[in-house]
Amino acid sequence: MTMAPAPSAPRPEPSLLRVDEHTVEIVSDPGEGAQKCGQIFGRVSAKMGNGVWTVEIIPAEIQPPARTPSSASGNRIRIGTKPITNWGDAANLVVAFNEQVLLHRHRLGALAKDAVILIENRWATHDDPDICKAWGDAMEEFGTASYRFIEVPMEEECLTVIDNPRRGKNMFALGMLARIYSRDLEKIRGLIAQEFRKKAPALYDQNVALLERGWRWAEEHLDFRIDVPAVESTRPMVVMNGNQALAIGAIASGMELCAMYPITPATSASHFLSDIFDKFGGVVHQAEDEIAAIGVALGSSFAGKVAFTITSGPGLALKTEFIGLAVMTETPLVIVDVQRGGPSTGLPTKVEQGDLLAAIYGQPGDAPHVVLAPATMEECLLCMTTARRIAEAFRCVVIVLSDANLATGVQPFPRPEMSEAWLAQPPDLAPVREGVRPYDWDPQRGISPRVVPGQPGGMFTATGLSHDEWSHVGYTPDVHERGCQMRSRKLAVFQQMLKPPAVNGDPTGDLLVVGWGSTLGAIEEAVERARQVGLSVSSLHLRFLSPLEPGLKEIFQRFRKVMTVEINYSDDPNDPFVTPENRRRGQLCWLLRAQTLVDVDCWTRVPGEPLRPGQILQAIHESMPQGASR
Amino acid sequence: MSDACCSLLSAAPESEEREWTLSDYESALARWCPGCGDHAILTAVQRLLEAEQLPPEQTMFVSGIGCASRFPHYLSTYGFHGIHGRALPIATGMKLRRPDLNVFVVMGDGDCCSIGAAHWIHAIRYNPDMVALMLDNGVYGLTKNQTSPTSPKGMPSNTQPRGAFLPPMNPISTTLGVTNASFVAQTGDWLPAHLYATLQAAFRHHGFSFVRILQRCPQYTTAIYDVAVRDPNLVELMVHPDGVVVPELDRIIKNKVPHDPADLDEARRLAEPDGKIRLGVFYRNETHPVYEETRAVPARSASEKLALLGAELDRYAV
Ligand SMILES: Cc1ncc(C[n+]2csc(CCOP(=O)(O)OP(=O)(O)O)c2C)c(N)n1
Repeated sequence: MTMAPAPSAPRPEPSLLRVDEHTVEIVSDPGEGAQKCGQIFGRVSAKMGNGVWTVEIIPAEIQPPARTPSSASGNRIRIGTKPITNWGDAANLVVAFNEQVLLHRHRLGALAKDAVILIENRWATHDDPDICKAWGDAMEEFGTASYRFIEVPMEEECLTVIDNPRRGKNMFALGMLARIYSRDLEKIRGLIAQEFRKKAPALYDQNVALLERGWRWAEEHLDFRIDVPAVESTRPMVVMNGNQALAIGAIASGMELCAMYPITPATSASHFLSDIFDKFGGVVHQAEDEIAAIGVALGSSFAGKVAFTITSGPGLALKTEFIGLAVMTETPLVIVDVQRGGPSTGLPTKVEQGDLLAAIYGQPGDAPHVVLAPATMEECLLCMTTARRIAEAFRCVVIVLSDANLATGVQPFPRPEMSEAWLAQPPDLAPVREGVRPYDWDPQRGISPRVVPGQPGGMFTATGLSHDEWSHVGYTPDVHERGCQMRSRKLAVFQQMLKPPAVNGDPTGDLLVVGWGSTLGAIEEAVERARQVGLSVSSLHLRFLSPLEPGLKEIFQRFRKVMTVEINYSDDPNDPFVTPENRRRGQLCWLLRAQTLVDVDCWTRVPGEPLRPGQILQAIHESMPQGASR
Repeated sequence: MSDACCSLLSAAPESEEREWTLSDYESALARWCPGCGDHAILTAVQRLLEAEQLPPEQTMFVSGIGCASRFPHYLSTYGFHGIHGRALPIATGMKLRRPDLNVFVVMGDGDCCSIGAAHWIHAIRYNPDMVALMLDNGVYGLTKNQTSPTSPKGMPSNTQPRGAFLPPMNPISTTLGVTNASFVAQTGDWLPAHLYATLQAAFRHHGFSFVRILQRCPQYTTAIYDVAVRDPNLVELMVHPDGVVVPELDRIIKNKVPHDPADLDEARRLAEPDGKIRLGVFYRNETHPVYEETRAVPARSASEKLALLGAELDRYAV
């Protein structure tokens, strides 16, 4: 560890570090605006043509005690010359508003050994002896690390512009970062204007003054600059987080009702929707609970206006009975589960992929439906139309599994070219032909055309009871067998329409890593690094989890070993009492073993944060099958 | 009810002026026990549909699970026989996006006051324009004689064989206590004229019309209402030109109390138990906002949506 006050004399020629990627963190107590700073830094980097991936650092409480490790709030922004697909391994540069929040990141191993840390300078010499002591203790704990600390008089500088530096440090920090990474100030001013100009012009001026002050301070005092070359994209790009993408995707799919009950990390999607949905003729209905929410969505869907409900694990559990009803009545319905850590209230703000089996099998009885999982922000947007279309074409339930990593992470992607073909058609209320039955199952395909209230001649009573083609309740063995068969068969038909997934890397080799959902980027980066050191590794990423995409067994058989990488719990084979017989495996692993009879292994973790590519790389090294070519 | 606010429905062809008869609403033979009060309620509802000439295809009956909830199967309108306690959210969703439909909800007392209690309270507050019928037999019928929230204290059942431990809840005063209560009435299956008049008033009311129908269960709870059937003196009719007026009953039921359904305080007082079974309209108020109207937004065409989506994406443009 080196500790030096910032060099006071301006250096004529600061050193320039040119890298193809760099990871920045900004951490503060909640309310000090580190997240805003991080978001703007991420967006301006995207605008300049850098690859970007941002991850929010969120404390569990809204106002945890200040200056404690548990209060760390902020953002990690990884930028690169090429597209960035995940949050990376460790931060190279950190702006910390106090040493306690920094300590939190240090303890999590989130900082690179040689990280540069710009830290508020007032705590070391604070009037309060407890604070000085806390600072001293923290410095001792950092002791072994070789961070480069640079103390910055953030508060002192901010006081020249505003009275309450807590409300302005973030813009000062943004100014410093802008100077270090040579960000385009004009673009930043534009982003600040988007935030404030309309609401509070005075705030805009103040924020810009702070920004410029931060820039100037860095200009005069820092002896280094970092250059992550950017290539401006030739295609128009947009940048947003996964929940914003889900919200826009829902609108683009033509759905006009989102029925929900607030639950992290799903809620923010309904916040975005609530702001804009009515412009599009849509409604966000905040129901009395998750059960009512899915009930309202189901009612609307049955009446011909396909709706969706959005929730997280605990809410998905509550919706279980209604999912069965939608399956039984063959009512199209889209359910989004933005997964968080479980079971129970679990880790409300943190990522996990723990709902896969609950989503597929969580309903009593046989309740065949579709489960799919977007892997990027772009896919969060696109999948909503896919889900709505499948739901309507097959009169079925579609569950979309996102997660906290996608929900709050921000990534640029090509601007989607939406068209009228994406939008749901208004229900056709033409009279129903004589003799058409409400469940006129095509015996080969199990699919039947939907009849909608309002259609003369189509009147029937949908029921969750076992029923025949006329929707007449029937308890006889043939009626029940047939209904089950038809509801299952249409999924077989659907599965046959899917394409086998593409292998990333060589189609044969020693190890195939299989993933799903938000881990795509981290897995592919790890595989890429493994291949660079000569390992024979490829990867496969699944979007459809139920039914599974075709051809998996053939793909698996071309590798000596297959292993899933997931963010859900599995027993470590070396744990006490754990044997191959009783080992509880990762959820996708479980599915793949059952469906392919291939001895698929798994490497899973539940750290409450996204997987780091370095971790996965390590797991790959340790999992290479015996005798693998090196 | 206009659907101008609801997004573009491809218009149903004008059904040529046809007159609906009772048989247009009849369906499968009802399979309730002989003597079950639900039969009389079904008949009254079918009469109402005919009298109001509601096109079967524009009419939706939603129910939960229980004997009472079999209701939609015995009508030839559209129906949705859902899950236990959850009829109201389904109906609310329908009304929200298809305000053109006439929506009726049929629930049992277990359905409404126990497992679905949260939805009941909130449906009153949302105040969608629909009729909610609670067929109250004071017992869980379908599952064979368990105590319900409206079972009288001391009534033996299979789950409380030495008698219900708790006094029953009062669905009328509960409903009257909820914000936006809009139409609250009580009637009995053994007084078809009153039942019919109450259903008609409920249907014609604009807002959430809650009707508790005291319903005899010949299998398990004959005791609850048989006394009142035999002794009309136990019944008191609330009468008012704005409530229900049933001259046919003048000869049978002598107890009458004038009650203006606009008077909420008086309604609450009349709802308190005092040994009388009080029938009629407790409360009606059409000034509360109706949910699907409050939440109505102008429909957008596909091209409008795309233009707006483009503008929305601009905000995220790099
Ligand atoms: C989730 C769930 N719990 C329990 C049941 C079993 N069940 C079916 S109907 C019923 C109660 C019926 O009583 P009520 O609602 O009063 O209607 P009734 O049969 O008396 O008309 C119960 C407990 C169920 N179907 N679903």
